[in-house]
Amino acid sequence: MAGKTLFDKIWDAHVVNEIPDGPSVLFIDKHLVHEVTSPQAFAGIDARGIKVFRPERTVATPDHNIPTVDQHLSIKDELSRFQVNKLTENCEKHGVTLYGLNHPFQGIVHVIGPELGITQPGMTMVCGDSHTSTHGAFGSVAFGIGTSEVEMVLATQCILQPKPKRMRINVEGELGKGVSAKDIILYIIAKISASGGTGYFIEFAGSAIRNLSMEGRMTVCNMSIESGARGGLIAPDDITFEYIKGREFAPEGDDFDKAVKKWKELYTEDDAVFDKEINYDAADIAPMITYGTNPGMGAKISEHIPAESEVEPGNLASYKKSLKYMGFEAGSAIAGNPVDYIFVGSCTNGRIEDLREVANFVKGRKKADSVTAWIVPGSKQVEKQANEEGITQILEEAGFKLRQPGCSACLAMNDDKIPAGKLAVATSNRNFEGRQGPGARTMLASPLTAAAAAITGVITDPSTLIN
Amino acid sequence: MARDKFNTVQSSAVPLPIENVDTDQIIPARFLKATTRDGFGENLFRDWRFTNSNEPKTDFILNDNTYKGSILVCGKNFGSGSSREHAAWAIYDYGFKVVVSSFFADIFKNNALNNGLLPVQVSEAFLSELFELIASDPKTVIEVNLGKQEISILSSGKSEKFDISSYKKECMINGYDDIDYLLNIKDQIETFEKSSI
Repeated sequence: MAGKTLFDKIWDAHVVNEIPDGPSVLFIDKHLVHEVTSPQAFAGIDARGIKVFRPERTVATPDHNIPTVDQHLSIKDELSRFQVNKLTENCEKHGVTLYGLNHPFQGIVHVIGPELGITQPGMTMVCGDSHTSTHGAFGSVAFGIGTSEVEMVLATQCILQPKPKRMRINVEGELGKGVSAKDIILYIIAKISASGGTGYFIEFAGSAIRNLSMEGRMTVCNMSIESGARGGLIAPDDITFEYIKGREFAPEGDDFDKAVKKWKELYTEDDAVFDKEINYDAADIAPMITYGTNPGMGAKISEHIPAESEVEPGNLASYKKSLKYMGFEAGSAIAGNPVDYIFVGSCTNGRIEDLREVANFVKGRKKADSVTAWIVPGSKQVEKQANEEGITQILEEAGFKLRQPGCSACLAMNDDKIPAGKLAVATSNRNFEGRQGPGARTMLASPLTAAAAAITGVITDPSTLIN
Repeated sequence: MARDKFNTVQSSAVPLPIENVDTDQIIPARFLKATTRDGFGENLFRDWRFTNSNEPKTDFILNDNTYKGSILVCGKNFGSGSSREHAAWAIYDYGFKVVVSSFFADIFKNNALNNGLLPVQVSEAFLSELFELIASDPKTVIEVNLGKQEISILSSGKSEKFDISSYKKECMINGYDDIDYLLNIKDQIETFEKSSI
């Protein structure tokens, strides 16, 4: 019998039972909850007259719907305030730990899980948010779920799920100048398309992945969902263990050593078989950006927007619709387009390393007057660290200002909306029509590319500006 | 808790021949501030249906009285992006019982099935034929028979089988709910947690 993949090892260890010609009953180690996709689920268990089954496996924080200025004040928007208050009420009622708006641990749910050491290798994790795939960076099986499924997990700590197929994507070699984790994942999605991963769980492997920091690995796994995949994961190694050590909820002392011993067994065996396997050469990856309205419509910044003749017939309708929406000419150059806004933040690129990268680049430079820049830390801890490391000051000297933590302009549920028609370079994960506000035009890129656009005022390949 | 039962739907259809329709188009994020499941149909495809000043866009299919029915027929990779179940609620609340496409995003498919909205995956060829027939005759009647797992175009007699797990099929036909199933095996879950986690 062929050996097991990393994914199978974790999944199989959590199967309570299998329904014949149906889904598996999967036990969930950690359930993350936020204000937007949980109220109907809590109402559901209330209507059944039951309590949260395992409150100690559940952690909540408000992130999607909160302002990123004046967080010490009451939320102005009535509906948002009601929803955030509802989360507090539900958590109190059911004994669920909540990191509320002014708690030092508050932040985007996928940023705080890892930074608090809640996310650990070998776990199954879910959240009513598709970017739950982020946690796969630690060698966990983590995926986004709908509200009915949130209710299932609140009620029973289990979920009914069909087992996805397995895919492995290997990226071998060294990354070039100005190329980061974000470019790797935008490159992969441009290759396999926004639906190429549907039905699969993707393991990312190869030397270019192994050499990434935990922050970089999280960026890659975070966007695996943008290829349609159920999730992504990376085998844990010394970089993972080192990251977890000493964090708030990480095991300590002997327990940590024991845990590491167990975590070291989490790898794909040599003779394991994948349903699909793809290999890429890291040297072919360059700074990337999207030009269309799904994350698969990406290209190297140095390239042109594809001409109509280069598009597969099956994708022609959405290609034409998206260029019309973006106001771009087929076949035109990507670099040089004037930029109105940049947004650095989100569960994709709102971690400390992302802010460091931006600060390093803008140090000694000045933001272009024509660009409005929103830099939003992923959590209170990231904000604190940015202040302590002097990042906030460097940003201010270059004409940028740090906002307060939250999902912000990634999905524009709060007031952080890009105005209609304006072009934004965003480090977030989705460039869908209206995603950053009705009529807003979004180009997804790395923090470095966003920083380069902020300085030059136009889409710029950052590798041309660094030594 | 009991849900609506699903057996057979016979209806004309509304065509949306666009690929990669994401859940942000189905229901934009700014409408996710509700704390109940009701009323999302009003904002289904909000920014495609209405201008910024809330005027209906006459060129959008849901504003065209020619096309009506409880079956929505869409281009491939329908429901990609965000896990928001509000997308399934909005489609169902608007009055659709079936969504047909050649390809659905995984989370959307689960969400639809959990809400009595049947996702019917057909071949590219069958989908193209559906679009053509609906364009030439908007009154084309389509039958979706869950028991037989079959979708048929009544005028042409053409039909195709579709996949669904027998567990989910049973749930849809009887209006069963996953949570009831899980609550019934709670002892087994507790035993598993003690022994294996």
